[in-house]
Amino acid sequence: MSLDKKQFLDAYRTMRTIRDFEYRVSDEFGKGNIPGFLHLYAGQEAIASGMCAHLTDDDYIMSTHRGHGHCIAKGGDVGEMMKEIMGKEGGSCAGKGGSMHIAAIEKGMLGANAIVGGGPPLIVGAALANKTLGTDRVAVSFTGDGGSNQGTTFEAMNLAVVLKLPAIFMFENNGYGEGTAADYSVGSKDIAGRAAAFGMPALKVDGADIFAVYDACKEAVEHCRAGKGPITVEASITRFRGHFEGDAQAYREKGEVKRLMEDMDCLKIARANAIKKKLATKAQLDKIDKEVAEYIAESAEAGLAAPQPSVSELMTDIYSSEY
Amino acid sequence: MPIKTYRQAINEAMAMEMRRDSTVIVIGEDVAGGAGCSGDRDAYGGVMGVTKGLFPEFGEARVIDTPITESAIMGAAAGSAQAGLRPIAELMFMDFLGVCFDQIYNQAAKFRYMFGGKAECPMVVRTMAGAGLRGGAQHSQNLTQMVTMVPGLKVVCPTNAYDAKGLLIQAIRDNDCVIFVEDKFLYETSCEVPDEDYTIPFGEANFLREGSDVTIVGISNTVNKAVAVADRLAAEGISCDVIDPRTTSPLDEDAIIESVETTGRLVVVDEMTPRCGLAADISSIVAEKAFGALRAPIKKVTAVHSPIPFAPDLEDAWMPQEADIEAAVREVMGYK
Ligand SMILES: Cc1ncc(C[n+]2csc(CCOP(=O)(O)OP(=O)(O)O)c2C)c(N)n1
Repeated sequence: MSLDKKQFLDAYRTMRTIRDFEYRVSDEFGKGNIPGFLHLYAGQEAIASGMCAHLTDDDYIMSTHRGHGHCIAKGGDVGEMMKEIMGKEGGSCAGKGGSMHIAAIEKGMLGANAIVGGGPPLIVGAALANKTLGTDRVAVSFTGDGGSNQGTTFEAMNLAVVLKLPAIFMFENNGYGEGTAADYSVGSKDIAGRAAAFGMPALKVDGADIFAVYDACKEAVEHCRAGKGPITVEASITRFRGHFEGDAQAYREKGEVKRLMEDMDCLKIARANAIKKKLATKAQLDKIDKEVAEYIAESAEAGLAAPQPSVSELMTDIYSSEY
Repeated sequence: MPIKTYRQAINEAMAMEMRRDSTVIVIGEDVAGGAGCSGDRDAYGGVMGVTKGLFPEFGEARVIDTPITESAIMGAAAGSAQAGLRPIAELMFMDFLGVCFDQIYNQAAKFRYMFGGKAECPMVVRTMAGAGLRGGAQHSQNLTQMVTMVPGLKVVCPTNAYDAKGLLIQAIRDNDCVIFVEDKFLYETSCEVPDEDYTIPFGEANFLREGSDVTIVGISNTVNKAVAVADRLAAEGISCDVIDPRTTSPLDEDAIIESVETTGRLVVVDEMTPRCGLAADISSIVAEKAFGALRAPIKKVTAVHSPIPFAPDLEDAWMPQEADIEAAVREVMGYK
């Protein structure tokens, strides 16, 4: 049986937190308060939330350049994340990483990665540690459809199978890698089928439906915890924003994004389903929305008020010892 | 003469060579952008729009959007170069070199030599380097030093639009693997660029300023910073030779040595980490070959030995700035 009341409300809060966080950083980016490149997760919230609902702080995840949602879902401190994205002191990576390197190491979120295909080999390593140390921890890599085509990803999947590691390859197929369609770039048309060819089970799920994602991820995590080796989940989803903030998205049909935001909004779908299933009332959900909005606003204000790291920090943390 | 941006100059060089020679192709991620999408098929033209317009003119057989798959892109370019094409492969950010380096330094760079001069690799890898855009540690590096040290590769670092066009046409016509390193800060800069085709030979430095007190050698955008410093110092009576080698491999050692023989002082600037870098390399060449002419220790101005930080203040402190170049010139001038 899928999500009970409490589990649903928790997952919904996570999804809402991600959505509000992303819209706020988008606003701040527009106002010039966020340096660098910004890739938002808006629209894909059900996937990170549905997966991380099954994980504890002892389990590991690794993310991509689109990492804010994964970090929040794994329990990352939103205030620290805001500061990090703004390049401020007190940020989760001391202002040295920024959006593309968001992390919450203490929560098992081992880092966002700006190299497409950089994460899967690393997650195999985390899974190897989990197995070698005799734990039942699992390790999850989040990868896009684009990243599914990298050689590094293929090598990682094969090694995980060979070593029978507790690794979950979660592919978020949002239809695009920058401005190129997955229909074009994924030659096999089906990432799950490819994973199966490596010799592991592979599930496909509607990534806009938190209930479906939750169930598929439950199966995946149980599979790994039981020592049955790696598993793949391919979740189909849509990306609400451009590849990065500022992307004119000329490669998308006019009206496509608007239509998808109406029909495929995982938050809207979650609300409707939950009310229908009597898991939550409208009032309960509205209350969560309000609390989240306040929380995000406070975090953003604190981020804006914080200073940049002192220039004396430039040469710290390069090595673990005196150089 | 018409004024064109660095971006336009590079685009024009590719278009002209593609018109002239039907074996020239462009291959890379989003070089058109929009493959398989229902909107504009030429939506991106590369992340920085440098290849825009090539797809409508030359079509999908010659402007090839690939999946995200750098090893395959570089391998396909090198293999097709061996088999009759002249590919221009785009490596979106130079930071991604690590993903595909084997195909470049063990494969493309070595065909001709390993196979006794019987194989060829007429390919160009266009890539983009440089810090200052707050891209973080994996999107801001200039790794020119890594490719310069590989025998078999030629390495080009254009610092203005005029050079970019002439050097890229030269690169496309060259029969070796050429790494063409664009500085992402320069795309919007412009200068006079002829409409006709022209080439700039490799290994011939450009003297941007002529002076008698200090030689300043810069690589990539640091050359432009050096020029600004030289112009300011000229008002005080300090006269600098500013040299842009334009290609780091081959390197115009003679131009640098001749200059140091008249000035007796050398400041070398690059935006890379200091160890085993181009500034170190050029310094060592001068120390070895023009030691007798030196009146002061050589001064290197580079980034610091750390990954590139994200926070703006830290990144600015990381990068060599005009003030650092100026301080270095004053230091060598003040040496007793
Ligand atoms: C090795 C490498 N190649 C290219 C890029 C540039 N790049 C960043 S994100 C991206 C698209 C990734 O697409 P996908 O994996 O589908 O993830 P999504 O953006 O859809 O979340 C590309 C090409 C990169 N960062 N690293």
